[in-house]
Amino acid sequence: MDISTKLLTMLLAILLFVAVVGLMLFIAGRTERRSASIVGYVFLFPSIIMVSVGLLYPAVRTTFQSFFDAAGKAFVGLDNYQTIFTSPDDLLVLRNTVLWVVVTPFVATAIGLLYAILVDGARGEAFAKALIFLPMAISMVAASIIWKFVYEFRPDQPGVRQIGLLNQVVVWLGGSPQQWIVNSPWNTFFLIVVMIWIQAGFAMTILSAAIKAIPEDIIEAARLDGVNALGMFRFVTLPSIRPSVIVVLTTIGIGTLKVFDVVRTMTGGNFSTNVVANEFYSQSFRASNEGLGSALAVLLFILVVPIVVYNIRQLRASESR
Amino acid sequence: MSSITPQVDLTPEQRAALAETSPTGRAATSIKKKVTSPVASAVAVLLAVVWTIPTFGLLVSSFRPEKAIKTTGWWTFFGDPQMTLDNYRTVLSTTSQSGLGNFFVNSFVITIPSVIIPICLAALAAYAFAWIDFKGRDFLFVLVFALQIVPLQVALLPLLTMYVHAGIGGTFWTIWLSHSAFALPLAIFILHNFMKEIPKELIEAARVDGAGHVKIFFRIMLPLLTPALAAFGIFQFLWVWNDLLVALTFASDNSVKPLTKALADLSGTRGTAWHLLSAGAFISIIVPVVVFISLQRYFVRGLLAGGLKG
Repeated sequence: MDISTKLLTMLLAILLFVAVVGLMLFIAGRTERRSASIVGYVFLFPSIIMVSVGLLYPAVRTTFQSFFDAAGKAFVGLDNYQTIFTSPDDLLVLRNTVLWVVVTPFVATAIGLLYAILVDGARGEAFAKALIFLPMAISMVAASIIWKFVYEFRPDQPGVRQIGLLNQVVVWLGGSPQQWIVNSPWNTFFLIVVMIWIQAGFAMTILSAAIKAIPEDIIEAARLDGVNALGMFRFVTLPSIRPSVIVVLTTIGIGTLKVFDVVRTMTGGNFSTNVVANEFYSQSFRASNEGLGSALAVLLFILVVPIVVYNIRQLRASESR
Repeated sequence: MSSITPQVDLTPEQRAALAETSPTGRAATSIKKKVTSPVASAVAVLLAVVWTIPTFGLLVSSFRPEKAIKTTGWWTFFGDPQMTLDNYRTVLSTTSQSGLGNFFVNSFVITIPSVIIPICLAALAAYAFAWIDFKGRDFLFVLVFALQIVPLQVALLPLLTMYVHAGIGGTFWTIWLSHSAFALPLAIFILHNFMKEIPKELIEAARVDGAGHVKIFFRIMLPLLTPALAAFGIFQFLWVWNDLLVALTFASDNSVKPLTKALADLSGTRGTAWHLLSAGAFISIIVPVVVFISLQRYFVRGLLAGGLKG
């Protein structure tokens, strides 16, 4: 397909959906006199169809398939779920996912909070924040390539020089270069660093805003009472921004649970770094194990729900304040 | 009417985040200026450097000749500066084997409809949810709201089967439709919250004047919607542009695959071709960075609203 064909198809797709909207408006205009509530259904029709066919039905179908075998033919009950929780490979996948979800939100939030406090009110604050925030805007694939280059390894031989920054630093300090993303179990932490690098900016932005929203008089009162910097953080800042901290932790937690791009790009799930989202992809589309793949997708959903519910309740609580 | 600027439904701290990115907000915070200790400044600078150096290293490398990248560290560039644009020339080519030019085009072809289609459909749906009374409205709204949190992994396999049966497997349509369906719950949610904040009197006055829903939608809603559309549009643009999972699942064919997938493939098959990987990564980074810098205000707003998206 050449470029002009692609652009033409693209234009066609857009026009098609603009036409759909036009048609709905036309029908609505015609029926409006008779009953206003019909307009509601007409306006909703295209969205409901799209969501039902593209999201609702597939989700139900996947749940159904998770009780069937690899080919999707024979009913196997909870076997796929049993596999996830008993096979050594999948237990490793679960362990890694737990590591990701426990480490990433807390470290990213801690760094984000520290940075937000440090640059608060400093000169060049906007620029300083943009530096930390930028990784959030780029793709996780690009982020993974950036870090893979930092971790790049060259064998420790005379005449061979390191091209990865981390190994060069190790060599400068007198150590010998390591294969950071190959050597288990520490390699998982080196992948987690990438996610922390991406998410700290998110934490910093939200928490910085929360810090700025602390009423001036509270800070003033504490200062008059002679509270020092550490006490200020402990007794004024932290309690005031607690709801924001929880929102940040849970939001990063949800994102981390579904982490896929980083693992896939950096190790492909090899070297004992596999996680649920990547295992889902491998089973579904590489190993053609439809049943197990579906079960892993359902597991992701089940794990996300409690965090989301908690998050929404926190949002509500902070809104009603 | 232009004085009405409804907000996307946000929590207090989210509102503060927006205020902070506006010029007036920044002026207000400078009053709070504290005396920062040298240690604090040092730690802040250290963090900023650690956060920036990895990207900087790859950026420098993308301008170095292939042989130099593979034999010496990028930091030696400053002692022995050899510069070339060859890497970018190779990577941007639409004809050569290792060129990513076509995939760059594909990324745009994929992203633009995937932003516009959900916006069109969601604007109608959001209006219905916000301002029209009909049976089952609340139930449907809760359903759409809940669908926001469904991880898109649960939809991929059945969708792939459906596309193949429908005879559109491997085309752009699969990606457009998937991204649109996945985006609709969030789009409807954002636009609904926004429309809900438009004063009731405005709508009622229009209705008293004999305007129907269609007219109100066009005359009153659409002009007021711009900030919400921008917030969702930017979030969705970056989401689709940066997506790997949907692309891996549906864009199996070279003629439709986007830059993210091309880069991931390149990293998998030629993981040491750093002259291509570095330049390729920067080609893919440049678009979201430009969007981020020029539309920062809306970007943060969209990011906050989309925090739970599947």
